[in-house]
Amino acid sequence: MRENVPPSGRNGSGGVVSRSSRLRGPRRHIRILAATGAAVLGVALAACSSSSSSPAASGASSAGSASAGGSASAAGTIHGTVVVFAATSLTEAFNKIGAQFEAAHPGVTVKFNYNGSSSLATSINQGAPADVFASAAPKNMETVTSAGNASGTPQDFATNTGEIMVEKGNPKNIKTVSDLANPAIKVVVCAPAVPCGAVATAIFKNAGVTVKPVSEEQNVGGVVTKVTLGEADAGIVYVTDVKANEGKATGVAIPADQNDTTEYPIAELKAAPNPSAAAAFISYVLGTQGQQVLASFGFQPPK
Amino acid sequence: MTKVEQQKQPFNPLLAVLAALAALFFVFPLIGMITGAPWGNVLSVITSKSSLDALQLSLIASLSSTALALLFGFPLAWLLARGQFRGKVLLRGLVTLPMVLPPVVGGIALLLAYGRRGIIGEPMDKAFGISLPFTLAGVIVAESFVAMPFFVITAESGLRSMNRRLEDAARSLGARRLTVFRRVTLPLIWPSLAAGLVLTWARALGEFGATITFAGNLPGKTQTMPLAIYISQSSGKTDEAIALSLILVLVSLVVMIFRRQSSGAGAG
Repeated sequence: MRENVPPSGRNGSGGVVSRSSRLRGPRRHIRILAATGAAVLGVALAACSSSSSSPAASGASSAGSASAGGSASAAGTIHGTVVVFAATSLTEAFNKIGAQFEAAHPGVTVKFNYNGSSSLATSINQGAPADVFASAAPKNMETVTSAGNASGTPQDFATNTGEIMVEKGNPKNIKTVSDLANPAIKVVVCAPAVPCGAVATAIFKNAGVTVKPVSEEQNVGGVVTKVTLGEADAGIVYVTDVKANEGKATGVAIPADQNDTTEYPIAELKAAPNPSAAAAFISYVLGTQGQQVLASFGFQPPK
Repeated sequence: MTKVEQQKQPFNPLLAVLAALAALFFVFPLIGMITGAPWGNVLSVITSKSSLDALQLSLIASLSSTALALLFGFPLAWLLARGQFRGKVLLRGLVTLPMVLPPVVGGIALLLAYGRRGIIGEPMDKAFGISLPFTLAGVIVAESFVAMPFFVITAESGLRSMNRRLEDAARSLGARRLTVFRRVTLPLIWPSLAAGLVLTWARALGEFGATITFAGNLPGKTQTMPLAIYISQSSGKTDEAIALSLILVLVSLVVMIFRRQSSGAGAG
């Protein structure tokens, strides 16, 4: 019986199908292939041309950085798109700043890429076409500056501190950092390389407790999601995250002697495709309006 | 007329060039990885505890979800291939949905179903204190969700394309149902099952999005190889990421080559 098996297998029928289709249209197939090939080549050429234009752009960027201090005066002349890589914790505040900046500069579009500062720093060092980097900690900014990918000196524009985020209404009755050491409490933090992870590590150290988290997220948004969905009982986030998620989660304040503060630096990038708009955006963030928005979202001014 | 004869020629330069470009497209990333690998410390990275933990987790989770795919997926494939009931098309669509869904979406859907506040997860947590997120079981669930459809579909098509008259013949000769299955059906569909299992395992091994969304990321507990690679890559530890990737590339390559050979032998 087994010997009967192979001829009736799928191979035979597959052969028949391909043979009959071969009669129909080799030309059509080739045409489709050629069209696809042309499309692929087109994409490849576009990629080449955009990368070949970047040396020119970076040349312009070093010229732009020289006048970065007085860029507010050049505000009227900027145009195009400014790409801002910003820490996840800045999402709500920067979205508002971006909208205001666009309103103040018609014809300028701000595009944000929010992620953990360590991921953003890696992308920038790998050549991501960004104009501005706003990091949630000096350490991740240094990753970029030490690789020579920032132009000018980064400037601090805000500070932020840690807070415990718990499920809405605090059903587990978490009151202190030490409560998080209880193995029955599921705690989520950021990975150590991410600024919010460094803050969490410092807080646990200051409080003298050993906390075993159930997950290390790649940005603070991951922690917020796990807590607001109820998967985790508590997470270490920033005070700004608790404020931004009012109604979805509850905050438990951390005493100042246990808390940790992180400085947010911002810098124009050396390979910035749009250096003049980058400089204008940075001065907007550092200026009165930008600072007002940041304060309204719970950020503290730079030291 | 002469044109028609030319078309029958096996060598077509345009096709050859396009095919060569396609082949190079796949070859260059591999070459890039091999030339970019930090060969000086590949061994120390690979044999570090964190890497071995991730590798071990990956193997346990992917093999477990492959076993689950066989256990639960085969009956489902049987039902889809031979069952006659309303809504079969809809059922098949639902089962294959994870194949086309972005895995992160799958992870969110899993949270809403089997998470601690999920429609199944909440009663399960309250009744038995079982909560899947942040556990190895959660990793296996995430991998099964994304990978099992590959087995179901492959097994179903194997069951459909086999010659069922051979089963009828065996039965008419007095063979019992189990004997027919074991001696006729199984040998006929084995190549499909094997291919399905390998595909499922490979998909589970590479699973990232659903896993990190549903099971979280904790080294030694839920951090599989793809997660470890992503975390080291995004923390700027590119060397470590490449070294870890090399292990996955090697394992996957061996399996895919083995699959070609075994399915080739199975088909005759």
